[in-house]
Amino acid sequence: MEKLSIKEKKLEAINLNVFYGAKQVLKDVNIAIKANTVTAFIGPSGCGKSTFLRTFNRMNDYVEGFRKEGDIIVDGKDIYQKMIRVEELRKKIGMVFQKPNPFPKSIFENVAYGLKIQGIKNKKLIEETVEKSLKQSALWDEVKDDLKKSALSLSGGQQQRLCIARALALEPSILLMDEPASALDPISTAKIEDLIWELKQKYTIVIVTHNMQQAGRISDNTAFFYMGDLVEYDETKKIFTNPEKERTQNYITGRFG
Amino acid sequence: MTSADKNRIKDKAFEYVGMACTFFGLFMLVIFLGDILMTGIEKIDMDFLSNFPSSRARKAGIYPAWTGTLWILGLTAIIAIPIGIAAGIYFEEYAKKSKMANFLEINLANLAGVPSIIYGLLGLQIFVRTLNFGTSLLSGACTLALLILPVIIVSTREALKAVPDSIRQASYGMGANTWQTIWHQVLPASAGGIITGIILAISRAIGETAPLIVVGAATFITNVPDSPMSDYTVLPMQIYSWIGMPDKEFAKSAAAGIIVLLLITFVLNGIAVFLRNRWQKKVKW
Ligand SMILES: Nc1ncnc2c1ncn2[C@@H]1O[C@H](COP(=O)(O)OP(=O)(O)O)[C@@H](O)[C@H]1O
Ligand SMILES: [Mg+2]
Repeated sequence: MEKLSIKEKKLEAINLNVFYGAKQVLKDVNIAIKANTVTAFIGPSGCGKSTFLRTFNRMNDYVEGFRKEGDIIVDGKDIYQKMIRVEELRKKIGMVFQKPNPFPKSIFENVAYGLKIQGIKNKKLIEETVEKSLKQSALWDEVKDDLKKSALSLSGGQQQRLCIARALALEPSILLMDEPASALDPISTAKIEDLIWELKQKYTIVIVTHNMQQAGRISDNTAFFYMGDLVEYDETKKIFTNPEKERTQNYITGRFG
Repeated sequence: MTSADKNRIKDKAFEYVGMACTFFGLFMLVIFLGDILMTGIEKIDMDFLSNFPSSRARKAGIYPAWTGTLWILGLTAIIAIPIGIAAGIYFEEYAKKSKMANFLEINLANLAGVPSIIYGLLGLQIFVRTLNFGTSLLSGACTLALLILPVIIVSTREALKAVPDSIRQASYGMGANTWQTIWHQVLPASAGGIITGIILAISRAIGETAPLIVVGAATFITNVPDSPMSDYTVLPMQIYSWIGMPDKEFAKSAAAGIIVLLLITFVLNGIAVFLRNRWQKKVKW
């Protein structure tokens, strides 16, 4: 894999160790992720993918017993430094969760929430942003007639696209997605995958998936984790056709997992 | 007879016994209410509502009593609701894991079970004497507020607990801080449960007499309260004092007082159910 210059690195983990209490869940992980690429995290469940993903927007801060060593760098800044405000960080890094989790409010309010908590009151700006975000997440045509409808009345696939729209409304530069399609039917999954492909133009996307085909279809680079180790990180093509490590080979070919 | 038959008979038998028990309870309630209504209804008119108590039963009314009850309820609510909700939020959303919170939590559950007269004694010492509120509405309301605080705190916590964590995560994930998450997401989603808890607590306060006797609610009063520092009486005390009178005419006044008290309770509960349904329709998981 090509070496990235400092400027090209959007996200970086340096000698990262993560513990929950006494249990170590990530072991000396090093990775550098290039801007405007899609990176897939794959590996058997429990290997630490979600934990790793959540270190980039510090969502692990709320987990009891969480502790980390090493550094996480976003846009050249160590995000675990004292002076970093996590609220600011998370405006820059959108997150989409495994299970769609829209707020129990209207579609409009869901997408407008990010602006609202920033204190933005300009109605026109909010309306434009909501429309733009819903269009970006390919949901606009399905909901434009009734934005006041409860988000909970949408289908699972629509809810997940709403969650993506909600994240996009903040105009982040990074999107973290934790198995965003695992709770969805194949058609919704295909829609989300198309969407990720589109969004790549503007965003740096990191997606956790345990669907091999999905990783193969949508990602530029793939990182394979096994029991807290980053076993192999390379271009997706390479990982899927000619991996360096035998363990990766075994996982890809479905010999375990 | 097969064992299936036997089971069916047992099943039916239990159904009927259960039904009988239910009807027995309802029946007693209907008799009680019927009796009260028959005795008291003739008494209820504008005079009864606008007269002061009197030694002559025909003239005696509940003006100070029902106004006193409403004053006490209002003041108690104003004091207890914000403190109760704030404490509930603190325990559930901020101090979840601290030792201090754990310790307080255990004691809170105990507090909810303390006999109300003890609160009266506490109120007497703190509000009437130390803070020098005297035998005013304020002393009474503070005492009742203390009494219902544990109930409000515990039910607020339960309501907050019922909000799925995924909602908080989503909010934090969008750059909201803890307070914004609580204010914009957690509270609206749990409002139904919180309101229900508050109403239950206030309903409890309506009927309380013992602590108010201790902190100096009067039974005979010649003024309607006009400020939190006024002397006062409340409906249950007025009713109680009439029941003890030898003149049978006062029994009617007491029954009429009970009807008014029940009406206030029903209205409050009605409001609660209305509010809760409104909120719950909006929030379904
Ligand atoms: N909140 C938590 N507290 C303690 N241990 C956790 C917590 N979340 C995850 N773990 C443990 O950390 C390991 C990695 O979990 P996770 O990052 O969710 O893996 P993955 O997403 O790859 O399935 C697992 O062994 C899991 O049991
Ligand atoms: Mg996971």
